[in-house]
Amino acid sequence: MSTVVRVPDRPPPAMTSLDEAERAATRRERLAGTLQRNGAFVVLVIVALLASLLFGTSFASTDNFLNVLEASSFLGLVAVGMTFVIIGGGIDLSVGSMLALSAVLAAYGSQYGIVVAVALPLAICGLLGLLNGVLIARAGMPPFIVTLATLLFARGLAFAVSNEGNKIFHIDETLAVIWLGQGSILGIRVPIVIAGLAFALGWLVLTRTRYGISVTAIGSSEDAARLMGVPVARFKTVMYFVSGLLAGLAGLLVAARSSSGQSTIGTGLELQAIAAVVIGGTLLTGGSGSIAGTLAGVLLLNVINNVINQVGTLSSYYQQVVSGVFLITVVLVQRYLSREQRL
Amino acid sequence: MTRLPSQEPVAGATAADVVLEIRDISKRFAGVVALDDVSLALSSGQVHALVGENGAGKSTLIKVLTGVYQPDHGQILYHGEPVTFARPLDAQAAGISTIYQEVNLVPLLSVARNLFLGREPTNRLGLIDFNRMHREAIDLLARYGIHVDVRRPLRELALGVQQMVAIARAISADHRVVIMDEPSSSLEPREVERLLEVVDLLRRDGVAVVYVSHRLEEVFRICDQVTVLRDGHLVHTGPVADISRLELVSRMLGRDLADVARAQTRFRERPADETTQPILRATGLTRRHVLHGVSVEARAGEVVGLAGLLGSGRSETAKAIYGAQPLDEGAVEIDGTPVRRGSPHAAIAAGIALIPEDRKAEGIVPSLSVRDNIVLAALPALSRAGFVSDRQQDAVVGSLMTRLRIKASGPDQRVSELSGGNQQKVLLARVLCLHPRILILDDPTRGIDVGAKAEIQALISELASDGMGVLLISSELEEVVEGSDTVVVLRDGSVVGRLAAAEVSEGAVMEMIAAASLASGPASDGVPGVAAATAETEDAVDGSGGGHDDY
Amino acid sequence: MRSTAAAVAMTITELAARRRLHSRTEVSAWIADNGVYLGLLLLVLVNLVLTPRFADLDNIRLQFVQVVPVAVIALGMALVIGTEGIDLSVGSVMAISSALLALYLGYGPLVAIAIALAGGALVGMVNGLLVSRFGIQPIVATLALLVGGRGLALVIAQGRLTEVFDPTLGWIGSGQVLGIPIVVLVAGAVALFVTILVARTTFGRYVVAIGGNPGASFLAGVPVRRTLLSVYILSALFAALAGIIQTSRLSAADPSFVGSLIELSAITAVVVGGTPLTGGRVRVLGTLAGALLMQLISATLISHNLPDSSTRMVQAVIILGAVYIQRDRSA
Repeated sequence: MSTVVRVPDRPPPAMTSLDEAERAATRRERLAGTLQRNGAFVVLVIVALLASLLFGTSFASTDNFLNVLEASSFLGLVAVGMTFVIIGGGIDLSVGSMLALSAVLAAYGSQYGIVVAVALPLAICGLLGLLNGVLIARAGMPPFIVTLATLLFARGLAFAVSNEGNKIFHIDETLAVIWLGQGSILGIRVPIVIAGLAFALGWLVLTRTRYGISVTAIGSSEDAARLMGVPVARFKTVMYFVSGLLAGLAGLLVAARSSSGQSTIGTGLELQAIAAVVIGGTLLTGGSGSIAGTLAGVLLLNVINNVINQVGTLSSYYQQVVSGVFLITVVLVQRYLSREQRL
Repeated sequence: MTRLPSQEPVAGATAADVVLEIRDISKRFAGVVALDDVSLALSSGQVHALVGENGAGKSTLIKVLTGVYQPDHGQILYHGEPVTFARPLDAQAAGISTIYQEVNLVPLLSVARNLFLGREPTNRLGLIDFNRMHREAIDLLARYGIHVDVRRPLRELALGVQQMVAIARAISADHRVVIMDEPSSSLEPREVERLLEVVDLLRRDGVAVVYVSHRLEEVFRICDQVTVLRDGHLVHTGPVADISRLELVSRMLGRDLADVARAQTRFRERPADETTQPILRATGLTRRHVLHGVSVEARAGEVVGLAGLLGSGRSETAKAIYGAQPLDEGAVEIDGTPVRRGSPHAAIAAGIALIPEDRKAEGIVPSLSVRDNIVLAALPALSRAGFVSDRQQDAVVGSLMTRLRIKASGPDQRVSELSGGNQQKVLLARVLCLHPRILILDDPTRGIDVGAKAEIQALISELASDGMGVLLISSELEEVVEGSDTVVVLRDGSVVGRLAAAEVSEGAVMEMIAAASLASGPASDGVPGVAAATAETEDAVDGSGGGHDDY
Repeated sequence: MRSTAAAVAMTITELAARRRLHSRTEVSAWIADNGVYLGLLLLVLVNLVLTPRFADLDNIRLQFVQVVPVAVIALGMALVIGTEGIDLSVGSVMAISSALLALYLGYGPLVAIAIALAGGALVGMVNGLLVSRFGIQPIVATLALLVGGRGLALVIAQGRLTEVFDPTLGWIGSGQVLGIPIVVLVAGAVALFVTILVARTTFGRYVVAIGGNPGASFLAGVPVRRTLLSVYILSALFAALAGIIQTSRLSAADPSFVGSLIELSAITAVVVGGTPLTGGRVRVLGTLAGALLMQLISATLISHNLPDSSTRMVQAVIILGAVYIQRDRSA
């Protein structure tokens, strides 16, 4: 979709030796690269420290800390899938609607028992993710338009199931599936544990498996990856499938957490997930990124939200503004870095 | 990594040594012949040079060999057996690997990951064994004399080292055939040396190497056999030892030495009028790896030929003058007024026009009509307050279509539906609307039919007679020599000679191209007085030459 | 709906056969170009038969009024897509314009409208600079504004729905001239403006040239950066205008909902109207027909008691089909 504008580079500054200039550029690039990879983490620590100083124990308490973690866990699950998609050079705008669809289906399915409640949302969301993947990887359609259509479709389906959003299905509190949202393991809420596992597994897959490295290669240069023997279409399909599946899982957890499935939840979640991934240092153009960065990005967004809530006088809409500003800043920095790289 | 024992390269390959052979391969694209009945045999332990100009069919041949394209006709024999490579992967699996001109690796991944992508060593859990991978990567690169931190991203390495990594990757599996597509084109001299050593290493290991290059130095230094392609035909194949440089150059440029020796028809032989000032004066055009202090002048009514092989910097010089090639140094003046650098818009305003080499990628806008393509560059002149004047526009388009005899159903036909020759005429019409003082034509007759070609050549001559200064580039030496008043000869980004009107001949040009360069490094320009860019022209400021700040 | 689809399919096949379009690509090219008019025609016919009071003047007027915001935004989007770009921020720009309008209404309606338009243009300028100066992919640049813009609108409006009572805006929102609603006239004026822009001006030529071959355009001296910047500013201006229209019609500024997902409707209208996502072409009439088609589909479904949710799903399928056909042609 991008319009390539071929504009000549500016001539490099005069230097006594080009080698020296090149070395300096490499140093600069490394420094900037490090900043990009760990920037979100650094900002997260600074914001958390400032908030602790300003608000004392109302921010820096175990309870509040766990609250932030729990609020982060749903977005986190979605963001793990999104990280893979973006590193692979794509984008998935359908995750917010998928989450809503999954929550509705989970609550709807809970009438028929725990197996249906768990399997139905995961199956449908996995299927829609697979459809995304096939249309993008096999039919060669642009990811954003395909996933925008799925966004619409999934939301429509969620409304259709819930009688145009008028019927809110409730999950029987005695059903075991509730545990997924409200139970605890060693005093930690289950969604936090599941999101934690997803991050750990995502990290392992991205950095330590052939699939993860291949996804990075696809995002960096699809042609090169193909020539190097990577099954590009299959891996891209898997990417969108997993993203759909994780959005489905997040929806299931949301339903279990609130004992109900509402068709209106999750609007704009895809944008938050993209923001978290990019703020975490993943290149929106693909080919580079990290799961740890995404974790920092997700936490940062939620800490900011938490802080804005603590201030009280600030409306929560500032969070969106902050996300947007972060997004632009990070993208500009990334753009600067990739210019450096070309020198 | 089992390798055959070292063996001395042999000049004539026996049938037993032949690893890969192609027989009577033909390939057409939409009616255009890219390869016509080409046969070739590659032998183990030999380096086979593949040379030719633009559109000769080199890349098509490589793509047929590596399974990217399927030949329309003919067969491929691998170890004597007929084979079909449906995909690049098939060829790779069979032991044929390719190193592309652009380093085709993943720049953001680490060196080790690039080396092992798709075949990473794994542990019992199916996870990648990084320790082993790094160890093996270090060992592998050491074979090529490269010692780098294999955990760093590939992009942090110099281009030459990246190229080595690509080679190491390509042949870390048991490959019997290695195809190198212009591997040296973006390397430093030092890196080229290293590359040639590696090629030699491969030869001694018994690999059959296909070495595509336009650098004669390398062909004569490292290659055993040479095959020349021209317009999809095989025009020469044989041992390098049996052919002289001059002969090779003449074959590449489509001329027979015997023909060349005969008297030459030259359309133009106008001695430059030394008393008039040149319109165009380009001095010290320099870009790292690409151009080294190239200077060119053109007077009114003069056709200046830029001669040289592919990759000699001829197209880059053209684009540099037009402001479309980034420069480290150098200045362009029209009538003594500096032209703002890096802006075709400013160049057009100053009276320079260019027809680029790649008609499809840089010339036509395929989705637009013939009319819109013709007037694209001249729109500001054909409109008032931003509104296009239909009357003026139709008048200009009508007269140019008649004058250039553009065959189209009408000005509304989409330009992508026209033949190559007519598309080229549309581009000519586009630049003629601008009434340029200097017209740069980069291979204007490439890939078009004979009739259109003759028309375009006649037109160039006519334009010069009307007082335009013309810079002419062609992949056919004949065209440059016949159509130019003076010729500037380029090699490896430097001017290696200038021929005045009386001296221009194909023989003279070819000798200059074929002459072994004394230093392999960038040569400095040979024209005294204009070689050094002055500080004033260096800082050509915005606004000069009527340029706008649009870019 | 099934019968409609079958009818469409049959007619297309017939027409294709009559025109002797043999190859598959020719057929899909024909559908991509003219399918929107055919679909519109069929939908009107089906409605004339099946929907009571469809041809009533009031209903026709209503359909046209309802399509205005999408149509206006789609026209700007068509220009952006013509350059092989995309503008995802239009919905947020609508929200910002709506919020600004409500905020500055105290200074008089004209001042408020001017400020709302200026605010939109500013967002467009940011989009345009990010794309043209900094070389950021259009989808990414405008995505950032989509996120941040909505938040900004909510901050301006303090998250509240503000009721807007103003005679001038009321007149814009529901007034008529010779029986034609003002908002429809405004949309008509925008369509005329874009038509002239595309057909008669150098700017219009530059837009399609850049979308068709950016490299060649640069070499032909086309002011690529300036043109891209202008295109994004225009798109945002139209979105701001749509925001003003919507606010006037509803007599309320509701920044959390106004224009949400409208970028998708606009893109659908453009693509269904025959403008390829790969740029190089801008079809004004097709875009308008595309917007009207999508509006009629949803109106038809609603009037036959099919719920809103099915409209969304049908829209999703149509957009995928349209993009698929366009893809087929460019291949």
